[in-house]
Amino acid sequence: MQSLPAIPDIFKLKRGSGSPQRFQDRLTIFLFLLPAIILFLLFVIYPIFQSIYYSLFNWKGFGPATDFVGLSNFKNILSDKVFMIAIRNGLFIIAFSLCLQLPLSMLLAVLVGRNMPGRVFFRSIFFLPYVLSEVISALMWLFILNPDPERGFINALLILIPGVKAQAWLGNTSLVMPAIFAALTWKYFGYHMLLFMTGLQNIPAEIEEAARMDGANVFQNFFFITLPLLGGTIRTSVYLSVLGSIQQFILVWIMTKGGPVNASETMATYMYRFGFVRFQLGYGSAVAIYMFLFCLMFSLIYQRLTRQPDYLTGL
Amino acid sequence: MSRKIYVVLSLLLIAAFALAACGSPATEAPAVATEAPAVATEAPATATEAPAMAEKVTINWWHISTAENHKALFQKFADDYMAAHPNVDIQITVLENEAFKTKLTTVMQSGEPPDIFQSWGGGVMNDYANAGLLQDITPALDADGGAWRNTFATGALGVYSYKGKNYGVPWDMGMIGFWYNKDLFAKAGITNPPTTWTEFLADVKALKAAGITPIALGEGDKWPGMHMWAYLVTRLGGKANFEGAYNRTGSFTDAPFIDAGKKLQDLIALEPFQDGFLGATYGDEATAVGNGKAAMELMGQWAPAVEKDNSADKKGIGDKLGFFPFPMVEGGKGDPADAVGGGNGFAIGKNASPEAIDFVKFMTSAENQAALAKIGVAIPVVKGGEAGLSDPLMIELQKTFAAAQYFQLYYDQALPAAMGSVVNDSTQGIFAGTLTPEQAAQAIEDSAKQEFK
Repeated sequence: MQSLPAIPDIFKLKRGSGSPQRFQDRLTIFLFLLPAIILFLLFVIYPIFQSIYYSLFNWKGFGPATDFVGLSNFKNILSDKVFMIAIRNGLFIIAFSLCLQLPLSMLLAVLVGRNMPGRVFFRSIFFLPYVLSEVISALMWLFILNPDPERGFINALLILIPGVKAQAWLGNTSLVMPAIFAALTWKYFGYHMLLFMTGLQNIPAEIEEAARMDGANVFQNFFFITLPLLGGTIRTSVYLSVLGSIQQFILVWIMTKGGPVNASETMATYMYRFGFVRFQLGYGSAVAIYMFLFCLMFSLIYQRLTRQPDYLTGL
Repeated sequence: MSRKIYVVLSLLLIAAFALAACGSPATEAPAVATEAPAVATEAPATATEAPAMAEKVTINWWHISTAENHKALFQKFADDYMAAHPNVDIQITVLENEAFKTKLTTVMQSGEPPDIFQSWGGGVMNDYANAGLLQDITPALDADGGAWRNTFATGALGVYSYKGKNYGVPWDMGMIGFWYNKDLFAKAGITNPPTTWTEFLADVKALKAAGITPIALGEGDKWPGMHMWAYLVTRLGGKANFEGAYNRTGSFTDAPFIDAGKKLQDLIALEPFQDGFLGATYGDEATAVGNGKAAMELMGQWAPAVEKDNSADKKGIGDKLGFFPFPMVEGGKGDPADAVGGGNGFAIGKNASPEAIDFVKFMTSAENQAALAKIGVAIPVVKGGEAGLSDPLMIELQKTFAAAQYFQLYYDQALPAAMGSVVNDSTQGIFAGTLTPEQAAQAIEDSAKQEFK
């Protein structure tokens, strides 16, 4: 790994433990960290514990929570069919993100990473959707998916094909998730493409060159050189993709509000519906705890499973 | 080592994302505490002034009419009144809608409501009345043989009454009804708009047969379709039915609530809505009618304006647009004149002086009502106020609700927030065919048991 610029490493200074200087060093560190720690505790850690506390109550958000219900919120969530739909949709988004969105991003990254004409142009174009605000993207897709062929772009194209009828993408319980996934992919592939491009740039040209000299073709080069060396980037990309999928909210809420009849509900829209539409903040907090636990479980398992050396950085 | 720190940090970050949303109301709590003293310090000021100048009266009035012409007119009302009553000082606080709701919650929690403030009636007003924060103005309405009461449209005034007592009065009222395209109706061979549910279904069939989309519906937003169900309940069960369920002497699984779902299924079976209505927004609904693509929509008094805005030429369908009230349902216990709707009003705080009530009376005079109607910000609720209206459709709508003895406030406003959301979700289930009328009614009743326990 490349060494970082020379920041004086305070711990490496030769000072005996327990010496006044050592104490002063620690005090300095502590004082510098203090403002950040206070803010972090106040606005991140404290609300988390509050959520845990409120999740044990039937609480509408007015006045102190008094109606203690124990773990019944957690039990009711698990027996709610809608929550199961939300989990199923979450898995749907995760599965398709990993199987379609990431490979697509990588393909594009490899393409625009090469010395081909117009690559700067395409790179910008591909990255553009990610720069747009989520709300604007969602509203745009609402127009694109409009069931009226005179107003919706996709249906306008569809009806040009003989025998194909316009589809109510967001009004059909079985089409709504694929339609939302299309919008999600459009929105996020550019981001993952950028991650992969950064990863590609870190691969020394010498290795690929050596492989080519040894007679490796383009595909061998990709599968045996590029892909293994991108390991670290892929791990990050998958990690971000899964967490993003679990927390997906804005696009879904604006495009369908989780509908029609809960067909596109995600855990985040489910939480929002109970927390801020129905003002059952205790129940909503319990949903948030579940989301937290899912993310936590995933993170722990994922970190353990992928603890293998990165070929490039040796981490 | 650094990897562990990274893991811990990333986990905390996830936790932050996952939980920050639900934590925010709690962090708002201190704001309540800090604002309360401000009110408390103001209170003594007025208290000490009162003995010094016995005749001086201060009226605190909060309204949310931020539009320039509307705000100016409200100011003029206050100026006119103060000119006629030099001892009265009217303090106006103009707040934007959301800010108003937040600030009102704060002062309500500290038990110091303004003397006069914006209200929509219904569940929220009832909660305040239950907490003893509002003043019963029934005596003022009934004084002089009910002189003031009789100026109001009966149904509209009823929206501001709770358990037989009035805690406020309306100054604007609208209603939901069918807005229809006269040309498309004529094309389908319909000469007169339907007056009964049977006629209505027959007309829907006629429109379908003529290749016209009978009804535009933005059911993705849920509330547009909810009104259709709520109107059927109102026609089938009337005032006694809803109030029984609300006061828990009855239930939301009573016959009218279930039968309304069945009647709705009869309509849905005809497939009267535009393609993809389950995912459509209210904007799509207005666009379809405004562009002449659908024959009608069930919507409130704002419909013509929104249709215009959403139409391709920004003109809507112009004078081809007509209005007819929701048809009566054969065998229903509700009066066919009953209306579903809502509007704006003034609620009276518990500490309001008699002068404050007199000022509200002044503002709801026929002349002042006509003045509000003239600038297009209200549909008058008192007799004579309609003189200010010029739009024939609004005049017709005003006449329709003026005849209503019972005014059913929009369900999502009449019921607590959580129930309103359940009603919306359940009726969407009926439209999608995923819930039976019985299941939908049961879901609403389950929610009522939670909310009213």
